[in-house]
Amino acid sequence: MSRQYIIRKILIMIPSLLGISLVLFTILAMAPGDPFEELATNPAVPPEVRAALRAKFGLDDPVWTRYLHWLVAMIQGDWGFSFVSRMDVDKLILQRLPVTLIVIGSSQIIAMLVALPVGVLAATRPYSLFDQVANTLAFVGFSLPTFFTGLLFILVFSIQLDWLPFVYRANIDATGWQFYWEHIKQSIMPVMVLGLFQGASLVRFVRSSVLDVIKLDYVTTARSKGIGERKVITKHVVRNALIPVVTLVALQLPIVFGGAIVTEQIFRVPGIGSLLISSMLSNDTPVVMAVTFVIACLVVFFNLLADIIYGWLDPRISYR
Amino acid sequence: MAEPLLDIRDLKTWFKTDDGMVRAVDGVSLHIDRGETLGVVGESGCGKTVTARSVLKLIDMPPGRFEAGQILWQGRDLIPLDETEMNKIRAREIAIIFQEPMTSLNPVYTVGDQIAEVIELHQKLSRKQAMVGAADMLKLVNIPNPQRRVHDYPHQFSGGMRQRVMIAMALSCQPKLLIADEPTTALDVTIQAQILELMQEMKERFGMAIMLITHAMGVVAETTQRVVVMYAGKVVEEASVEALFGDPRHPYTQGLIRSIPRVDRSAGRQARLESIPGSVPSLLDPPPGCRFASRCRYVMPACTQAIPPLKEVAPGHKVACIL
Repeated sequence: MSRQYIIRKILIMIPSLLGISLVLFTILAMAPGDPFEELATNPAVPPEVRAALRAKFGLDDPVWTRYLHWLVAMIQGDWGFSFVSRMDVDKLILQRLPVTLIVIGSSQIIAMLVALPVGVLAATRPYSLFDQVANTLAFVGFSLPTFFTGLLFILVFSIQLDWLPFVYRANIDATGWQFYWEHIKQSIMPVMVLGLFQGASLVRFVRSSVLDVIKLDYVTTARSKGIGERKVITKHVVRNALIPVVTLVALQLPIVFGGAIVTEQIFRVPGIGSLLISSMLSNDTPVVMAVTFVIACLVVFFNLLADIIYGWLDPRISYR
Repeated sequence: MAEPLLDIRDLKTWFKTDDGMVRAVDGVSLHIDRGETLGVVGESGCGKTVTARSVLKLIDMPPGRFEAGQILWQGRDLIPLDETEMNKIRAREIAIIFQEPMTSLNPVYTVGDQIAEVIELHQKLSRKQAMVGAADMLKLVNIPNPQRRVHDYPHQFSGGMRQRVMIAMALSCQPKLLIADEPTTALDVTIQAQILELMQEMKERFGMAIMLITHAMGVVAETTQRVVVMYAGKVVEEASVEALFGDPRHPYTQGLIRSIPRVDRSAGRQARLESIPGSVPSLLDPPPGCRFASRCRYVMPACTQAIPPLKEVAPGHKVACIL
């Protein structure tokens, strides 16, 4: 893979992020409600003070000057100030982001770990019992929305069996192994709910992708070399079959973040998703702006990662 | 007479489909001697390719199935062998090249990697030595700059060059038999000649036998010693190349030869190229009797009664026709 390919892909990120931020900023500026609404209804605050505050924060400037202000400040590392939490937005986000990344990251890993072997095995034995069972389970898995499976999990594992806690706590008063164990225990359900949902649709996708590749001429060539069926599948089929799968995983990431927001609400995970919802409800525009932008950055970043993996899997792409 | 290298006896490879059993290969017998080039001709769908792939057991089972017959490789029947046993024969003793050089190589690995894979496995060499071997093979099939080209991917080669790579890969373990399944069909005419010439050269160098599957009668005339003509899953005629072109006995073979375009006869009024009317019968529950009967110009009532057996009409010349 050539270095130019990666550099080109990174450079493409800049205009897309600028575009995303401009759209986000404009939409939020046009949205009704602003953080000083509360002050407006408060009789203790005289109108002059309110006007002075608005002027100080530049809320009456035209949208494009405010966007430029925001952009310049953002680049300098000043992400704004949360009117509701009374703290810097970057600190607020950094508090919440790791939890979300861990939940989404491990659920994606689980989805891959389940989907790859199951999909490949199902495709190499089409219409066998294993294939039928895997297909049926996958169908059930992606037909059920996460808010339903989430509640079902809580009902079974927390209430009936009492194995796992159903509210995620950030302040666990334990140390050492106990601390990690508690964290793992409370992450199991959200990770599983997200991971199995993703994994279910991936199984079907991996299966059909492998089935497409397995009947191609070069697979017959590989078989004619006498290298054995296992190596034919792992070396000559899977790598080619993964190319469309990588695209799908990258394209689904925005949906995964959407799903994570819902799941975080169900399990009360103090992640970036619940921060987004609470700040929306309280009209905390700087936080909404920053959180949506961070999510956009993550999506763009993972797409870059997908492009790089894509170029590594298929040399024809990076050579152009 | 010495034991033939490959002796296929009454092979039946059938495919189970939703509509019933397709008798793609229905009782084919043929043999190949050491060092000879056997041509297998017939139109699309006559079972040439299935016969070739049956030898290496590259047929998907199911839906495919060996219904009957034997494939004797140096006297040993390949049909009952398991995959592990077959993998010792594939590439090492019998190699195959396919019709479509554009799709026969894996696009995500370098050609050197794909050739070295075979050498590494069958000659028990290290990766590094195998890569040197791969470059040597590329040199042998006249690919310029072999040292550099081993690191290139298939999409960086033209169709003719890819077929050379396939030949290099197939010959890397010096097999005793090379099955070439329409190796030149997808290439343009000048490249076809080069590839056939290369195969001839390699044959002389390694002393292997070639089973050349084609539908081009011209290719057969130029490169083979003996020819088997197939029609609708059966062998209809088998003869030396001279006897086949000089004295074709089966009406189908005669039709095939008449449909070769000839420059010397195309001038004047008789410019229209002859063709065989009709099309190949369905191999799904084929009718009793000779399968060519519906298209044959000499058809008579006895033709539809029973399948005419392959019988010897002259030394080494067999025909399946009651005429």
